[in-house]
Amino acid sequence: MPEPEALTRARCREIFERVERFSAADEVEILLAGGRSALTRFANNIIHQNVEEETTVLSVRALVGQRTARATTNRLDDASIRRVVEEATSMARLQAPDPELLPVADPCSCDEVDRYDAATAAASPRVRAEQVAKAVEVAKGQSLTAAGIFSTGVSAEAILNSRGLVAYHTQTRAEASITMTGADSSGWAKANALRLEGVDLGALAERAAQKAAASRQPDEIAPGRYTVVLEHAAVLDLLGFLAYDFSATAIRDQRSFLTGRVGKQVFGANITIRDDARHPLQSGSPFDGEGIPRKPLTLVDGGVVRDIAYSRQAARAAGVEPTGHGLPLPNEFGEVPVNIVFSGGETPVEQMIASTDRGILVTRLWYIREVDPYEKILTGMTRDGTFLIEAGAIRHGVRNFRFNQSMIELLNHVEMLSPAARAAGEEAFEMVVPAVKAGAFHFTEVTKF
Amino acid sequence: MRQLALEALDGAISLGATYADVRVIESAERYVSTKNGKVGQANSAESLGLGVRVIASGAWGFAATDRMTRQGVEGAATRAVEVARASALVKEREVALAPEEKHEAVWSSPFQIDPFSVSVDRVLDVLLKIDAELRRVEGVTLAEAAIQCRRLRQFFASSEGSRIEQTRVYTGAGYVAYSYSGNEIQKRSYPNSFGGQHMLKGWELVDELRLLENAPRVAEEAVALHRAEQCPEGVFDLILGSSQLGLQIHESIGHPIELDRVLGTEANFAGMSFLTLDKLRNLRYGSDIVNAVCDARPEHGPGLGTFAFDDEGVPAHCTDIIREGQFVGYMSSRETAREIGEGRSNGTMRADGWNHIPLIRMTNVSLKPGAGSPEELVASTDRGVYMETNRSWSIDDKRYNFQFGCEAGWLIEKGKKTRMVKNPSYSGITTDFWNSCDAICGPDYWTLWGTPNCGKGQPQQVMGTGHGASPARFRDIKIGAAYA
Repeated sequence: MPEPEALTRARCREIFERVERFSAADEVEILLAGGRSALTRFANNIIHQNVEEETTVLSVRALVGQRTARATTNRLDDASIRRVVEEATSMARLQAPDPELLPVADPCSCDEVDRYDAATAAASPRVRAEQVAKAVEVAKGQSLTAAGIFSTGVSAEAILNSRGLVAYHTQTRAEASITMTGADSSGWAKANALRLEGVDLGALAERAAQKAAASRQPDEIAPGRYTVVLEHAAVLDLLGFLAYDFSATAIRDQRSFLTGRVGKQVFGANITIRDDARHPLQSGSPFDGEGIPRKPLTLVDGGVVRDIAYSRQAARAAGVEPTGHGLPLPNEFGEVPVNIVFSGGETPVEQMIASTDRGILVTRLWYIREVDPYEKILTGMTRDGTFLIEAGAIRHGVRNFRFNQSMIELLNHVEMLSPAARAAGEEAFEMVVPAVKAGAFHFTEVTKF
Repeated sequence: MRQLALEALDGAISLGATYADVRVIESAERYVSTKNGKVGQANSAESLGLGVRVIASGAWGFAATDRMTRQGVEGAATRAVEVARASALVKEREVALAPEEKHEAVWSSPFQIDPFSVSVDRVLDVLLKIDAELRRVEGVTLAEAAIQCRRLRQFFASSEGSRIEQTRVYTGAGYVAYSYSGNEIQKRSYPNSFGGQHMLKGWELVDELRLLENAPRVAEEAVALHRAEQCPEGVFDLILGSSQLGLQIHESIGHPIELDRVLGTEANFAGMSFLTLDKLRNLRYGSDIVNAVCDARPEHGPGLGTFAFDDEGVPAHCTDIIREGQFVGYMSSRETAREIGEGRSNGTMRADGWNHIPLIRMTNVSLKPGAGSPEELVASTDRGVYMETNRSWSIDDKRYNFQFGCEAGWLIEKGKKTRMVKNPSYSGITTDFWNSCDAICGPDYWTLWGTPNCGKGQPQQVMGTGHGASPARFRDIKIGAAYA
């Protein structure tokens, strides 16, 4: 598999050899991350910001007895590497021993995943500008104003430790999003893929423009409980607020809403959520912050909370095997599943709309925050394409709502699910999720546009 | 550092850029935390890199690198010009900047005790004592405490001749007591949520915050919230503690006055603003007692938005934003100032590192103090709720409708704080809210709070901002909708 020039496997090994040479700690672990990313940003139908960056970061974790600390640098000369190794070691030495701290992980086998595309890695500013030009053409053709991004990047990450563990992953990424704005309406669309060819900004522009046009002259309707059709991005952004709770450490700390709920029927029987780093629509590395292979988890099975994620330390405390979801140590949070796959159904969004007497179609949500950590009440706004559905059809655009909605309640009120797809939002990481139709969604206020 | 920056600058100009600026930033940071009697994190990080921003073919380009060699920075300059020429494929007019004088300066933020000189074991000692105090209170199920510091050394050079060196040292500290009981999670933070208080200061901030002294009260309040009744729903007078008011200012004054949002260039992510250009000097933003400024000058105080020059080389300004309730000013950049016909930028362009371009960011957006004490405010309130310390925050993408939740509230009945209420929240429309403000406490109760986690831009940047506020009262506010 190709390797980015800035951070090849050979380069990783060479850096680790220097770390080991300079280290007086009992054990060391390094985390390397590097690559190049570029983002072309447009607004008011012009490119107004256009950036590229390249970096390589070395993070050294030293263990001295049962004490550990981390020091990070992007300077890879001998003196800098020596400095961060000594810094991590001295910070570790100044602590009291932690009886629960484990030695660095033993080497383990982790099959690689192919998530690299040479054309995406080599994408030029001109390639991105040409995509933007297509979107601007769509906007001008419909007297709309386009704003958005087209970004590409290539990255590599590696974990090596003094017990011989070597984990390496490289991947590419392409992403585009667009907001089309009219005099009193807007529409939005976004896509994210491993390969350039998986993102068509022109097509996204058409979709966003259609939403902007269809939501002109929005009506204000009263807040209250409505049946909603939540498009993929809206589902994703809500679901992101649950992921961190499927953590053994969060449950042990009693800050997870799953405290006292593991093994119980918490959601509706039609809700199944997995974490699967190797799913064909997923991205990211197949190992965790200590280099442990990510195992698939069934987080929710028919509404029952089944599996939770365990870092090595949390697994040792619980007497189970680690699941490969640990965060880089030291940290307070333990672990988090980040390759969420929410099982879909077979009902397309159009059919959800057709089956709805009165409801709200939500394109996207915004500024979501947790109101209540145990009932998992979230607040936020709808944005860029909110429509009233009546008698099975989209009637017209409506002014945006504020919602206050328990996620437990929402996932007990899901009536229909679309096929799952890779989706991207703005509040959570990318996931594979369906659109859903759900009852009794609680809109509490309406804003002025 | 300086030589490489100038080579990158020369490189960009020799390749045809009509304007270029370069920032080299060397950063160092340390984060030490504890959790339930043990070390949570003991992390340090350093970073050195260079960013080149250019105008070529009438359009913007930017490239950043951490390859700090002649070849590395020349490569960045070349790519910045290449990127700008690609930007020019989708443009309508040439980028133009408001004029700015050439500046040559060296400035360092003052501090009494270098926070990096304090050993990690001493930091841990402070944190573990707090941790023990918090967990001494029965019912506290999780205690977390953290102290962090950051030093930024920056050199800015522009093709117009500016050469500016700035060094800034920041410190932050705070803790949280959680209590889980009866299927409810409550928490109290001190001195604020978002990791506590953060300022452009040294270790002396940690001493000033009286962290240990407040720990028993904070822990007891976290547990007491389980016994408190639910905050009522309805219309009440609202008194906000100064840290919550700081966040209210951030969200409902600071963001709407960003001229890039107003002009549509943040439409895809952060959003736009209700403060369209026709509103300048034509909108009653708040009541007569509401006066707000955007002030980056050191004399405003050691805030997260305090500096000598912004990242376009414009000197720190103090700009009136709201004067006696009237909306009178935006935050601008050289490009946006020119676009709206202002003679000069008011110096709010800031980047969160060498690898990102500067954006219009809040500096210190503060509400000027009024008169009187919080006790007088309570005594003159017949039926109200006092709320403090943010727990949740959300506002729409044009900054009209907001909802905030706080960690704790107290009912006010006939001029007295009577009893604690849990899960308090309030909501409203920005201008209605500020027009309902009828009392702001005096300068003795004014605190310059640091908000360390403001996200904006694509790729997203996280910036620290400052917000001075003293407790204030708002009449007839909608309370409790979050739990309705």
